[in-house]
Amino acid sequence: MSDPARVATAVESRASAIGTSPWTIARRRFLGRRQAMAGLALLVILAVLALLAPAIAPMNPSVDLVNRLRPPSAVHWLGTDDAGYDILRLLLHGARVSLLIGFLSVGIAVTLGTTVGAVAGYAGRWVDAGLMRTVDLFLSVPRLVLLITVAALFGSSISLIVVVLGLTGWMGVARLVRGQVLAVKEREHVLAARALGYRPLRILLRHILPNVLTPVIVAATLGIGNAILAEAALSYLGLGVQPPDTSWGLIIYSGQDRMLDAWWITAFPGIAIVLTVMAFNLVGDGLRDALDPRHVP
Amino acid sequence: MSVGLLRYAGRRILQAIPLLLGILTLTFLLLHLAPGDPTATYLTDNVSPEVVEQTRERLGLDQPLPVQYARWVTSFATGDFGRSYVGGESEVAELIGAALPNTLLLGLVSLVIIFVVGCWIGVIQAVRQYGISDTTLTIGSLALYSMPGFWLGLMLQIAVSSSWWPDALALPVSGMIDVRSHASMSLLGQGVDVARHLVLPTIGLGLASAAGIARYMRGEMLEVIHQDYIRTARAKGLSERRVIFRHALRNALIPIASLLGLYLPILIGGSVVIEKVFSWPGMGMLLYDSVYARDYPVVMAVTFLFGAIVVAGNLISDLLYAAVDPRIRYE
Repeated sequence: MSDPARVATAVESRASAIGTSPWTIARRRFLGRRQAMAGLALLVILAVLALLAPAIAPMNPSVDLVNRLRPPSAVHWLGTDDAGYDILRLLLHGARVSLLIGFLSVGIAVTLGTTVGAVAGYAGRWVDAGLMRTVDLFLSVPRLVLLITVAALFGSSISLIVVVLGLTGWMGVARLVRGQVLAVKEREHVLAARALGYRPLRILLRHILPNVLTPVIVAATLGIGNAILAEAALSYLGLGVQPPDTSWGLIIYSGQDRMLDAWWITAFPGIAIVLTVMAFNLVGDGLRDALDPRHVP
Repeated sequence: MSVGLLRYAGRRILQAIPLLLGILTLTFLLLHLAPGDPTATYLTDNVSPEVVEQTRERLGLDQPLPVQYARWVTSFATGDFGRSYVGGESEVAELIGAALPNTLLLGLVSLVIIFVVGCWIGVIQAVRQYGISDTTLTIGSLALYSMPGFWLGLMLQIAVSSSWWPDALALPVSGMIDVRSHASMSLLGQGVDVARHLVLPTIGLGLASAAGIARYMRGEMLEVIHQDYIRTARAKGLSERRVIFRHALRNALIPIASLLGLYLPILIGGSVVIEKVFSWPGMGMLLYDSVYARDYPVVMAVTFLFGAIVVAGNLISDLLYAAVDPRIRYE
């Protein structure tokens, strides 16, 4: 049986010599999809604006009662809220929080889900059964129900929302990774690594996980959109992000009492959410098409 | 129903019992790990420590945690959800009895509508692949799929309340019945009244999910209509309508059946927020109010029932899948 590391290196160098490694093919396929590129462009613009928000659109330090509830105009493009804050500025600052929560919570979910799925798939037997029943348990309580209960009982803060969103979003990834690991662990290169007496951890990290990561990348991209939606719902209920921090959901929450005479306070944050989540979904779909050789768009 | 399917159903029901026990344990732990005490939320500050202690004793909160846990589990097993800590200490079962049918009504109507609308849109897209209607519907359903349901609900409320909304299409924007005139209506009138109140919450709750179903359905239909037996059906000279609806749709629907279980938690979870937007008197509102009031028995019962609905939904969906697809073996 040949050394798996040598085989992998040989395959890679040969593929790169002719310029068609799987990653090159995937990149080309992704770049060729207009919808995915549009999504990516939107996300890049949003991320840059969110990062630069304090510099390009600093918030007024105090309320501005003279300019409260102004409809959209040349001065205030998206209008002002009850306290005279410019909605566009609020949206840019809210983007920082909403995106941060989305990325960090999915980071937790992917790490936890990958670990649980990999251990379950590799160890098998009672470890697998126990972990998968835990997955079933977490899948049985609707995410929002758990979020509302935890946020109301423990008090809400950005860090708590990140942790709870992470702890309620890992199950899909765990199932995905487990399925992949079950398939990959029977492949020849893994059997070879076992025969060579490598430790299970090394086999998992070096020989199995790199082969199961592509669907995880897709799931993570789609998961960020879902996390942003869940945060918005929680903040809309008054159980999410709390002032002086702001998020898109919180702006909607603060505008709902004025909805009929100042529609712009609730309308624009929602549009921001739709565009952002849509962009993540477009990029996720594009990645799936690009990374899955069986999937022909 | 075959013996194999019955045996599979029995085994799945048995498997659901530890899951329900797990949900109960998880909720119990969450409630008791939370800082603070439920008595603090509804006993005013000037109540003497003796009264607080008496209340804790009466509610059983002075008992060690394992004892409290054992009491919860045994009473839940016998269907006794206990009494609410607040609001005159009414029976939890009564509160749930009033709220659950409303949530189920909203959830089930939404479920039917999202499957009908979603499948219909998906079929149109697949039949006209890459055409203008496919592209428009793909972008439209992606936007809806990415939209928070509660925000859509708020936008609908703004639209319906605005001056340009036609009077002929006037719809109620909150509640479940017209409180002033519902009691004096005929039975049919009462049904129409509830149906009119259902329109906006159903759209808010279901439209995003319908878009999700459409995305699946398009993919399934595209896979099916390129199969050999569809070509055979066309070659036999069957009308396109018959080919699509009798041959393709029926087979594309099989995997869609398994989505029922997937969408039930989304709808049930979503109803929590939608009920708040539209003041719909269901389980979501009950959960929201009871969590704020730290009304342990109500939170426990509501969370448990939410979990039970999801478990039941998954079970139904798996059985449905096994029943409609002869290739499935009951393992």
